[in-house]
Amino acid sequence: MAFPQPRPSRPELPRQRVQTLECGQGAVRAVRFNADGNYCLTCGSDKTLKLWNPHKGTALRSYQGHGYEVLDAAGSFDNSQLCSCGADKTVALWDVATGKVLRKYRGHAGKVNCVQFNEEATIIVSGSIDSTVRCWDCRSRRPDPVQVLDEAKDGVSSVKLSNHEILSGSVDGHVRRYDLRAGQLYSDYVGSPITSVCFSKDGQCTLAASLDSTLRLLDKDTGELLGEYKGHRSTTYRLDCVLSERDAHVGCASEDGYVYFWDLVEGSLALSLLVGRGVVQSLCFHPTLPCLLAATEGQVQLWREDSFQAQGDTGT
Amino acid sequence: MAAAESSESDEDDLVSYGTALQPLPEGERLKKPVPLQEQTVKDAKGRYQRFHGAFTGGFSAGYFNTVGTKEGWAPSTFVSSRQKRADRTVLGPEDFMDEEDLSEFGIAPKSITTTDDFASKAKDRIKEKARQIAGVVAAIPGTTAFDDLIGPSKITIGVELLRKMGWKEGQGIGPRVKRKPRRQKPDPAVKIYGCALPPGLSEGSEDEEDEYQPENVTFAPKDIMPVDLTPKENIHGLGYKGLDPSQALFGASGREHLNLFTGDSEDTSNLIGDLRPSKGRKLGITGQAFGVGALEEEDDDIYATDTLSKYDTVLKDEEPGDGFYGWTAPKQYKAKKWSEGEVKYTGRILDGFSLASKSSTPSKIYPPPPLPRNYRPVHYFRPVIADGNENCHLQKVLEESTGKLDSDMRQQSRHALNASQRREQLGETGLKGPAPSVLEYLSEKDRERLKKVKQASEQKMKAKIIPQEPQNSRCHSASLDGASHKWLKFLGPQLANAGSSDFKPFAKNPEKQKRYEFFLKSLKQGEEADTLEQYLDPNTTEWEQEREQEEFFRAATFYKSSNSALSSRFTRAKYEDDIDKVEVPRDQENDIDDKETAVKMKMFGKLTRDKFEWHPEKLLCRRFNVPDPYPESSIVGLPKVKRDKYSVFNFLTVPEPTTSVTQATNEKVQQSNSLNKPKKPSRWDVSDKEKEKKDSISEFISLARSKADAQQQQPPVPATEEGRTGLSESLPAEAANEDKNQEEESKPSMDLFKAIFANSSDEKSSSSEEESEEEEQPATSVVDSETTKQVDPPGSSSSNVQENVVAATDPSVPLLPTSKQELDATEEFGPKLPPAFSSGCTWQQEPEVPASFPGPSKREKKRKNRQKHKTKREHKHKKEKVFNLNKLFIDSLTCQSNCFYYLCCYPGLPRPNMKMMF
Repeated sequence: MAFPQPRPSRPELPRQRVQTLECGQGAVRAVRFNADGNYCLTCGSDKTLKLWNPHKGTALRSYQGHGYEVLDAAGSFDNSQLCSCGADKTVALWDVATGKVLRKYRGHAGKVNCVQFNEEATIIVSGSIDSTVRCWDCRSRRPDPVQVLDEAKDGVSSVKLSNHEILSGSVDGHVRRYDLRAGQLYSDYVGSPITSVCFSKDGQCTLAASLDSTLRLLDKDTGELLGEYKGHRSTTYRLDCVLSERDAHVGCASEDGYVYFWDLVEGSLALSLLVGRGVVQSLCFHPTLPCLLAATEGQVQLWREDSFQAQGDTGT
Repeated sequence: MAAAESSESDEDDLVSYGTALQPLPEGERLKKPVPLQEQTVKDAKGRYQRFHGAFTGGFSAGYFNTVGTKEGWAPSTFVSSRQKRADRTVLGPEDFMDEEDLSEFGIAPKSITTTDDFASKAKDRIKEKARQIAGVVAAIPGTTAFDDLIGPSKITIGVELLRKMGWKEGQGIGPRVKRKPRRQKPDPAVKIYGCALPPGLSEGSEDEEDEYQPENVTFAPKDIMPVDLTPKENIHGLGYKGLDPSQALFGASGREHLNLFTGDSEDTSNLIGDLRPSKGRKLGITGQAFGVGALEEEDDDIYATDTLSKYDTVLKDEEPGDGFYGWTAPKQYKAKKWSEGEVKYTGRILDGFSLASKSSTPSKIYPPPPLPRNYRPVHYFRPVIADGNENCHLQKVLEESTGKLDSDMRQQSRHALNASQRREQLGETGLKGPAPSVLEYLSEKDRERLKKVKQASEQKMKAKIIPQEPQNSRCHSASLDGASHKWLKFLGPQLANAGSSDFKPFAKNPEKQKRYEFFLKSLKQGEEADTLEQYLDPNTTEWEQEREQEEFFRAATFYKSSNSALSSRFTRAKYEDDIDKVEVPRDQENDIDDKETAVKMKMFGKLTRDKFEWHPEKLLCRRFNVPDPYPESSIVGLPKVKRDKYSVFNFLTVPEPTTSVTQATNEKVQQSNSLNKPKKPSRWDVSDKEKEKKDSISEFISLARSKADAQQQQPPVPATEEGRTGLSESLPAEAANEDKNQEEESKPSMDLFKAIFANSSDEKSSSSEEESEEEEQPATSVVDSETTKQVDPPGSSSSNVQENVVAATDPSVPLLPTSKQELDATEEFGPKLPPAFSSGCTWQQEPEVPASFPGPSKREKKRKNRQKHKTKREHKHKKEKVFNLNKLFIDSLTCQSNCFYYLCCYPGLPRPNMKMMF
C-alpha cells in the first residue's frame, strides 16, 4: 500500500562558498552550529561569543563575560541557553535572549578546551587541559561539578556526548568513552595526541583526529579500527574533525588552509576545499544538510552543496 | 404644567377619543412595571420554561436566565446543621429532569419497551411453530409451509441482511458444504407422502443417486441447532432429566410408565424441543406453543426457528456420520457403526482423518543407572580451609580426620607456588623486566637491614611453629596436675599466639607481669607444669601460687579466646589506614608499550582497549535519564583500592631545600599533594601490585619502613626540576619534537621568566612595588616559578613527580629535555591552538596589543641576547616594561597569577606558542 521510499539522493558535499562572516572578534577559536543548524556561534579570541544566522549572514548577538578568549561553545536543544568555555578556566552558561551569564562554573585548573550540553541541557560537560572532564549541573546551584572524570593523564582536547555516553579525547592519546548506562569506561589508545573526537550519527563509531595527521574511525563497541584517513596536515594545533550529515564522509581541518573530506567507507579523498591561507581553526557540519562552517583567520565561511541556490544572494 | 392646568379648567370643550383608563382607586399606588428579572416564561406546570434545558443544552432559566436566584445559587440540600441534619440524598439525573421526559417516549423512558420497528416476530413464533408441527404431523405434510410465504411485511433487519447475502429462508447459516444431496433434501422421485418407503429401497437408491451428482456442487448447511455441550450444572444424577412435561402430558399414556432415565435417542430428539412425530398422535395442543415447563430448566431456545428441513420427510434410518449426531448419537447407532477399536474413541473424527489401525509404539523407559557398590546415601561436608596462620590448626585437625598426610598436601599444592618459585624449580633465569624488585632501588645498607629484619622474623616464626609439636605430647603426659592439665588442654595449640603480642594483663603489677611472661614463655617452650611453678612467686603460699597459676592460665585463655573469637568475625585488613597508603585505581591500564606496538601494527581493538568498571554519579545518571548501573554502590568513578605507597618515591626527594621561605612552603604543599592524592597511576603502581602479591616481601618492607622512615634521606635527584614540567609533553613531544628543535633558539631566556615570576609572585603575596621586585634574587624566583607551577594543577603535580622518577630511573623512557628554557617554552599542554592569523596577514583590531610592544622577530633576537648576556640590565628593564604591561592586563582580567597565558594575538606572529607564564 505504502509508496516506496524515494530513492535517497547521493550524499553531497559542500563545495561552494555561500557566505563569509567577518566576525570581528579576533581569531575565531571555534564555530558551532546550534541544535537545528539554523544559527551558529563563534568563539572569539577577544573574549566574546557571537551568535549568527550564517545562512543570512547576520550577526544576532554578542555575549561578553569571559575573562579570556573563548575556546568552545554549544547551544542547548531548545536554543534557550548557551554554554561556553574559555582560557579563563571557567565554563559559562548564558541566557540566549538576555545575553546574561546565568552561571559560571569555576573549578578547572587550566584552560577549558571544550564544552558540551547533554541532550536535555541539564548537564554541561567540559574538558580542560588540567586533564579532567567535569560535569556541571545546570539545574541546581551547586558550585562544584557533579562528577569529575580525571582518568585522562593529559589535557582533554575534545568532549562529545550522546544520550548516555561521554566521549573524551585526550592528549595522552586515549579516546575514553564513559558509558553511563553500562557503568563502564572504555579507553582506546590511539597513540598520538587526540585533537578532536566525534560520534557517528548512527552511534556505532567514534572518529578521532590525532596529531599524527590521521583520522581514525573506531568501532565503538570493540575499539577496532574501521578506517584511517590521511592526507591533511595536523601536527601542532587542535583542529576539528567532522562527520557529514549522513555519515557518508569524514572531514577534517588542516593546517594548510584546506578542509579535506574522505569517503567514510572507501577512505579515499573525496574533496579538499581551500578555505584560506591560514590554519582552518574550526569546523562544524550542519546536523541535517550538506552544509559546512569553517573558521579561519577571524572569518567564518559557510559552504553548501553545488545544487544549493542562495535565496537572497546576500553573500559576498 | 401651565398647559395642564389650563386643560383641566376647560374640560368640557375637549373631545375625547377611545376608552378612558380606569380611574385609579384612591390610595392605590401605581402598578410598577415588572422588573426584568421577573419577566420569565413559565410553562403550564408553573415551572420556568427552559430556553435551554439541562439535557437539551442547559439549565432552567432562573434569575436573569441563570440557574441562581437573586441571592445567588444555593444548593438545595443545604440545611443548617443547627436545627436539623441534612439527610444525604443521592441525586440521579432524574432529579434534574422534568416529568415529561421520564415518560415512555421521553428522553429517558424508565421502562424498556420495544418499538414496532424492532419488534420481532417472537409473539407469532409459537403459533407458527404449532402450525408447522401440525402440518408435519398432518396427513399431507408441508402444506403449512406455504404460510411462510405469506409472511408479515416487516422482517427484521438481520433477516434482511442475511437475505442480501444470499441466505434463503429455511437454510442454515454458514459456509456452504459439500454433502450428499439426498441428505440435504429428499429426492423428488422418492417423495412419498404419508407412507414410509420400504427400507431396502431407500438405502439402495441413496447410493445410486450419488453417482449422478457432480462433485463441485455445494449446499447450504442445514439449519440445525448445534449440539450444545452444556456442562452438568445440576445436582441430579447422571442422565436424569427431571420430569419431561411433554412426556408427562402426552406420552405417559402411550408408554408403560414414566421413565425419568430415558436414553440418548430421547435426548437428541428433544433438542428439537418437540414431540416425537413418529407417535403420530394428534393432539389438541402440540409443539413449542406449550412453552417450557416449570420443571424444565432450559428455556434459552427462544429464538429457535423451526423449519421443515429439520425434519425428515421420509421415514428412514438415521443418517450416519451426520454432524447432527456427535457423541450424543443413539446407542444402537454407535454400536452398529463403530468397530471395536474405535469404541475407545469418544470424540468425533475429523474429516480427512481416520483412526490409526495400530497404536503407536510405547516410549521406552530406561531404568535408572545402577548405584556404585560402595555408595552410601549420606554426605559429609568438609569445610574448605583457606591457607593462613589462623586456620592452620584447624586445617591440621581436618587433615588428620580425613587421613590426609601433610606431605601429601605439600605435593598437591603446586598451584600454591608463585611464579618465581616455579621459575626456580624449572631453573629459569629471572626476568629482566622494567619493574624489578623494590630492593634494587634501596641502598646497600638498607638492604642489609632488611635482610636482618627478615631473618629475625623468620626465626621468630619458626619459634612459633616448633612448640606446637611438643604440646601434643604434653597434653597426654600424666604428670600434669589437674588444674594445669585442664588449662593446657584448653589453651591448646593456640597458646603460641598468647605471648607474642603486647597483651599485658598484669601491667599494674610489673612483677606479676614479668612472672606471667615467664610463665607463658615456658608454657610455649613446652615445659612441664611442675617447672612452670618455679616461675611463680616463691614468697607466696602454695595456695596463692596455685591461684596465680590459674590466673595466668585464665589470662592466657582470655587473651587467646577473645583473639580467636574476634578473628573469626573479622578479616585482616588488607590495607592499613595509613598515610603511606595511597588510593590507586583497582584496574590497571595495560602497558602503554604494548599498546603502542599494537597501534604501530594497526591492531586496534582488544590490544588497545582498556575496559574499566566506572561508576557514574547518581545525579549524573538522573540528569542523563539513565538508570544507575550500580544502584547499591557508593563508589564514584573508578573503583579505587589502597595500595602500599612504600615505593621508591619515598626515598626520592622533592626539591632540595632552598633559601626562599615561600619555596619551602610550596614544597610542603607539593609533598602533601604527592602524598595524599597521587591519582595518576604510573608504572610504579604496577610494580607495586606485583609486590603486593608477594606477601612476604611486602611484610618485610612494612617492617622496615618504620625504621627507614626515620632516616629517609632523600637522595638528591638530578634533573628533577627539569623533568617535572615535561611530563605532559611526553606524548605530544613525539609529534611536536621537530617544532621544539626549531624553537630552541627562539626560546626566551630564563631570566626573562625570573623577572616575570619575581614580579607576579611577589605582587601576589605582598603587593610591593615593581622596583623592589627587581632586587629579588634570581635563583629564588626561578624556584618560585617552578613550584607555583607545580602546585597549580593539583591533579598533575603528583604525577609530575612520578614521571620524574620514571624519567630519572627508567632508561626506556625517552630522556626529557634537560634545558630549562626548552621546558618553559612548552608549558602549553596538549595541542596548541591554531595561530590567529597566518603570517603576512595582519589584523587591524587587536585589543591586547600593547602600544609599545616590539615586533616578534625583534623580540626573539632580544631573547637570544638575553640568554647570552644575562646580566645586561637595560634589556631586563625593557622586558619588564613589557611584561608589566601584560601583567596589568591580566590582573584586570582577575585571573590568578600562576596560570599560563597564551598570547598569540600579536600581529604577524609566525608561531603560535608565544606563551608566557605569570
